[in-house]
Amino acid sequence: MLAAITEGLSRVFQLDAELWRIVLLSLEVSLSAVLLATLLGLPLGALVAVKRFPGRKAVIVVLNALMGLPPVVVGLLVYLMLSRAGPLGSLGLLFTPGAMVLAQTVLILPIIAALARQALEDAWREYEEQLRSLGAEGMKAALTLVWDIRFSLVTTVLAGLGRASAEVGAVMIVGGNIDGVTRVMTTAIALETSKGDLPLALGLGFVLIAIVLALNTAAQLVKDAAQRRFG
Amino acid sequence: MRAAPILPLQLKEVVFSAGEQRIIDRVTLDIAAGPSTIILGANGAGKSVLMRLMHGLLEPTSGSLAWSERDLQRVRRRQAMVFQRPIMLRRSALANVLFALELAGVAPDKREAEAFAALDEVGLRPLAQRPARVLSGGEQQRLALARAWALHPEVLFLDEPTASLDPGATREIETVIKAFDAAGTKIVMATHNLGQARRLGDEVVYLQAGRVVERSPADRFFTKPATAEAAAFIKGEVPWVGF
Amino acid sequence: MGRVLTLVLLLACAPVYGQQRFITVASTTSTEQSGLFKHLLPIFEKQTGIQVRVVAVGTGQALDMGKRGDADVAFVHDKAAEEKLLAEGWYVSRHDVMYNDFVLVGPKSDPAGARGADTAIALKRIAEKKTPFASRGDKSGTHAAELRLWQIAGVDPAQGKGKWYRETGSGMGPTLNTASAMNAYALTDRGTWLSFRNRGELTVLVEGDKRLFNQYGVMLVNPARHPHVKQAEGMAFIDWLISAEGQKAIADYKINGEQLFFPDAAK
Repeated sequence: MLAAITEGLSRVFQLDAELWRIVLLSLEVSLSAVLLATLLGLPLGALVAVKRFPGRKAVIVVLNALMGLPPVVVGLLVYLMLSRAGPLGSLGLLFTPGAMVLAQTVLILPIIAALARQALEDAWREYEEQLRSLGAEGMKAALTLVWDIRFSLVTTVLAGLGRASAEVGAVMIVGGNIDGVTRVMTTAIALETSKGDLPLALGLGFVLIAIVLALNTAAQLVKDAAQRRFG
Repeated sequence: MRAAPILPLQLKEVVFSAGEQRIIDRVTLDIAAGPSTIILGANGAGKSVLMRLMHGLLEPTSGSLAWSERDLQRVRRRQAMVFQRPIMLRRSALANVLFALELAGVAPDKREAEAFAALDEVGLRPLAQRPARVLSGGEQQRLALARAWALHPEVLFLDEPTASLDPGATREIETVIKAFDAAGTKIVMATHNLGQARRLGDEVVYLQAGRVVERSPADRFFTKPATAEAAAFIKGEVPWVGF
Repeated sequence: MGRVLTLVLLLACAPVYGQQRFITVASTTSTEQSGLFKHLLPIFEKQTGIQVRVVAVGTGQALDMGKRGDADVAFVHDKAAEEKLLAEGWYVSRHDVMYNDFVLVGPKSDPAGARGADTAIALKRIAEKKTPFASRGDKSGTHAAELRLWQIAGVDPAQGKGKWYRETGSGMGPTLNTASAMNAYALTDRGTWLSFRNRGELTVLVEGDKRLFNQYGVMLVNPARHPHVKQAEGMAFIDWLISAEGQKAIADYKINGEQLFFPDAAK
């Protein structure tokens, strides 16, 4: 197996321009999805954490359950929506990176919202009295809380990023794995595996792992530096 | 424009239950402007809950709390509360005071001046840019007082503000509280520390098992308590007292 | 919030929008995995400036994509299915383009004695000896061809389902991976076989039989059914494929000196 890995890595680096394109597209798609899901998911999680409303427990259960949405099912649903035969067909988004971003956003939104909700609910127990005493209620209190525990929320965002960069089912279906247009690392690995080119698939796999590791390391360093500064 | 005061606060037959247990048991009380009021009692007497009811963080199970002012938003803005453990945001000391000013609706160009003045009052100006969470317990509590001071509240509620502090820090906090009092703020403070109650209080409300057992001016309370329960409490805390 | 969303989505699509003209072609995994498109499409693109985006799925799914209007052109190898959809009006302008052949592969040791020139005899022997056979089982063009061959051989492979007849429900590559791992027989198109790197003990045992002929066709999604179809560019691609130039480009595609596809557009 070691021989396969070394062969794979050397062939991966021979790919040059094509490899770069695939890597950059993977990053673009997953990071965009994480950004969107965070912008939507953090306020959602904050609201559910802080506000008491009828059916709140049910919402929490559903959010937690949606974390386990199978990517291929999400891909299928988004495909049906974006297909010309579907409701959003006229957008012409199918088989474009935009469709992939959409599918991945849908996939990781529950993860970010549910994990944020848990972290914020724990923090709210600590902050609630003081914030309410000062006159911060509802959305104002929620957003203040989000900003204050932003470093713990980094882990939540990384969880979303991990899920997005690792999945292949959704992006394969809505992207079509089109050479040069919608081929990302995971779909490329799937393709090479199905072609029987296992060393290349392995090589790509290692590149993917290395990238995700690098992103996580960077996030940790930023988190540490900021924590030293703000306490 | 001199605004109308929110005091007096009138509690009528206030009850607070958590499940089966009655924590506050039919309290009728008038909080008027002027003398600093100490809510005295042993642990578990219900002091903290009473404070939170008065401040508006809890709703009574039955009974009523009425301020002189109808507008509840105004009522909220004219009072502040300091808790036993200060909760600070992960920002600088100055930023924490600014946050309170922002919430109180103070104009943006006035906030910084007010914040620095408040920090000066509690002697924290040199630490203004320090992250609030790395300050010592005593410094954070002083910061909490600065935060309250910046709002120039009519009423300042304090729930055992020095229970977690050493004697030195305690003295510093008490100095600031006296300054509030001198500036005309109504002080309502819960404590079980008799010495502190004597040092800071003008009148004492003695709470036991959720009921107001005695209410007297401070010097009379400590020398000649009117009720046996109060006497027992004082004797329990300071067994060498002779009455 | 909605505006931010749309903006971010559009930005994410930016590398796609505002670029050159393109068409979406629904084709099959076997065609793509043979590497034909990597060879063919740059030539067409250079000449016409039209980018061809190939979505490679199973034949059934590819034809379905055209029906839904998610592709402009279909390029598959199941003449019967193609002509049916043509008759139903889902597609127009169908043309033969090329053919390749299927080959029967199996372990070098050939326990069933399948080696030879006759597919029907080979399959009969495999069924008799109950030696493992890996089938795609995914309703693809290859799968349909395989089932027709079993019929000609007079064998019902369902008898051996789960025992010696193994349905992988997946593409040609994964099915060959399975066959290689199990030392099983399998029917594969020559294109996939030539680029397949994980052969193990497998080798070609039957080839050249006329019944292993695999016809490719290309057709345009009917613009009357789907007005957004890129008719001009789609027809440009079809016309090029059946032109002398396109046909030559197809014939020129070789792996290890071996030609994979044989152009046969009607003159």
